Amino acid sequence: MSVLVNKNTRVVFTGITGKSGGFHAKQCMDYGTQVVAGVTPGRGGQLFEGSVPVFNAVTDSVEQAGANTACVFVPPPFAADSILECLDAGIELIIAITEGIPVNDMAKVKKKLLQTDARLIGPNCPGVITPGECKIGIMPGYIHKPGTVGIVSRSGTLTYEAVWQVTSLGYGQSTCIGIGGDPINGTNHTDAIKLFNEDPDTEAIVMIGEIGGDAEENACAYIKEHVKKPVAGFIAGTTAPPGRRMGHAGAIVSGGSGTAEAKIAAMEAAGVAVAKTPTDMGTALLAAWGK
Amino acid sequence: MNIHEYQAKELFEKYGIPCPKGHATDSKEAFEPCIDRLGDGLIVVKSQIHAGGRGKGTFTDGFQGGVKLAKSKEEALDFANRMLSNTLVTIQTGPAGREVQTVYFTEGADIEKEYYLAILMERATSAPVVVASTEGGVEIEKVAEENPEKIFKAFVDPTIGLQPHQARNIAFKLGFEGKQAGECAKLILNLYKMFWDKDADMVEVNPMISTPEGGVMALDAKVSFDSNALYRHKDIMAYRDLNEEDAKEIEASKYDLNYIALDGNIACLVNGAGLAMATMDIINHCGGEAANFLDVGGGATAEQVTAAFKIILSDPKVEGILVNIFGGIMQCDVIAQGVIEAAEAVELNKPLVVRLEGTNVSEGKKLLADSGLEITSADSLADAAQKIVDIVAKN
Repeated sequence: MSVLVNKNTRVVFTGITGKSGGFHAKQCMDYGTQVVAGVTPGRGGQLFEGSVPVFNAVTDSVEQAGANTACVFVPPPFAADSILECLDAGIELIIAITEGIPVNDMAKVKKKLLQTDARLIGPNCPGVITPGECKIGIMPGYIHKPGTVGIVSRSGTLTYEAVWQVTSLGYGQSTCIGIGGDPINGTNHTDAIKLFNEDPDTEAIVMIGEIGGDAEENACAYIKEHVKKPVAGFIAGTTAPPGRRMGHAGAIVSGGSGTAEAKIAAMEAAGVAVAKTPTDMGTALLAAWGK
Repeated sequence: MNIHEYQAKELFEKYGIPCPKGHATDSKEAFEPCIDRLGDGLIVVKSQIHAGGRGKGTFTDGFQGGVKLAKSKEEALDFANRMLSNTLVTIQTGPAGREVQTVYFTEGADIEKEYYLAILMERATSAPVVVASTEGGVEIEKVAEENPEKIFKAFVDPTIGLQPHQARNIAFKLGFEGKQAGECAKLILNLYKMFWDKDADMVEVNPMISTPEGGVMALDAKVSFDSNALYRHKDIMAYRDLNEEDAKEIEASKYDLNYIALDGNIACLVNGAGLAMATMDIINHCGGEAANFLDVGGGATAEQVTAAFKIILSDPKVEGILVNIFGGIMQCDVIAQGVIEAAEAVELNKPLVVRLEGTNVSEGKKLLADSGLEITSADSLADAAQKIVDIVAKN
């Protein structure tokens, strides 16, 4: 009942000996995620939490611990290199949590990424969770519940808000994907919605966007053409002043493009049930879903 | 981060990008020496503020134009005296305008034709793009709408950078010939080098000009930088002008808080950028107006929450506060404790509505209820927004 990650996913945490990397690796382990390795150059041979081997290189974690998915927690100046190392090591799914990676570094990563079959989620994202099976990232596990709603969002806490509403209404999630708030990301709304659309266990979709760029508009074009499953949506930033970056590096209305109005209009044209306020995301979904 | 035109021109010179000779100063005493160091021809006097639209701007005392062409040294001096310490209002400054603290004098250039040139990181292709047009000196958005065929682009592979043939082809498309096409291509290549080396968000030269002597030069310069990359550019950091920033935003940046001042009277304090935007939106939806955007981040400490409250309350427009926290990893009782400590530390005297949800929410709500503080608690974000809007309207 999921996309991207499940109970068989074998995760390596890069930056596992750092403060937040270690904290969240432990949280993921407590949730039941198979954290099979950590990587911190120079700390190879140590054990994390007494059981998880730490390696000097990602390739060692693949060869010796069978890691197939990476969670990147390395600080911004070194994060792009960590993602590239994961690509070189043949990691299939890379989830980059790090916020604040220079955009030039991400442009180089993206170019390289497109030459491989690997998938990158993020950066600057809360991660990916398949409730009850696998949590990779910083989201609070307990608000989720196994189910059939796929959720994709550029914002962390706004995803939690949507998850909590869906759970409180008695429904669960197949997988929740935080694609991140940066202008250059590995996976966009369209990619995530394609995954949910093709997943037999996802019955309905929530898509949360915000000002900046045209990823939501592109996803709506895809939805209009291909998606028969009910989709609810919300766009943050209707009242954001133009020309200002609203916390996320990618959340900016510039030269009249990337406005909330244009995104909401695209959603409505694609038949997406648009929540008027962030409190209505759950109920908008149920209405579209006929529940 | 934005910088001034005169700072951008300093960078241009370092990268071999031709521009008119010029000198900037923030002191009246230095006006004459600056002017004397220029040639005998026309002098352009330019107000240095970060906002665009300076040429068509108006000063609050009625003086017209933040960029003036002076025919003599005396006239240049007169213009500069009227600009310095005066407040310039342009389409981008808002009605309050911006005080001019630096004046930039440049030699007037002999213009044959004006062009547009910019380099920026394009989201759609996740790569830099060079944008050029034969229509210089006007807004590029307007050209894109009315004459899209007059805009030429070169898409750059970020791993190998802009190639000479790409720069050359742009120059030919702009109509340059012979040696002058080479000059134009060189300017474009140097501009790209600066864009990439310095992690610029965008460089815009509007206009780039050709001169009757066969030269090509940058007449204006607008450059902004990727804030995430400033850690590796001490020289660019030194260009930061705190006079161009809101005092509350400067204070917030010291505590790693994402704060943006707005025009309304309801302050908000939220964790997460998306939720913070959505909180502003819902305040508006309920008939109020947000005084700020404030994201305290996922792991806010009591110190950060206290700093956030101080910043919010230093805004005289604020008549009420909405705290909206979705406690994930950050537990609600910890946040509640932070709110209580902050409220005591800053002698909170404005109505406060708190909405907590998530981990340890009942413990958090109990702490607030037992604190003796006048806090209105709310169950959902919609409930919270309506409550603070109603309270502020009633007062």
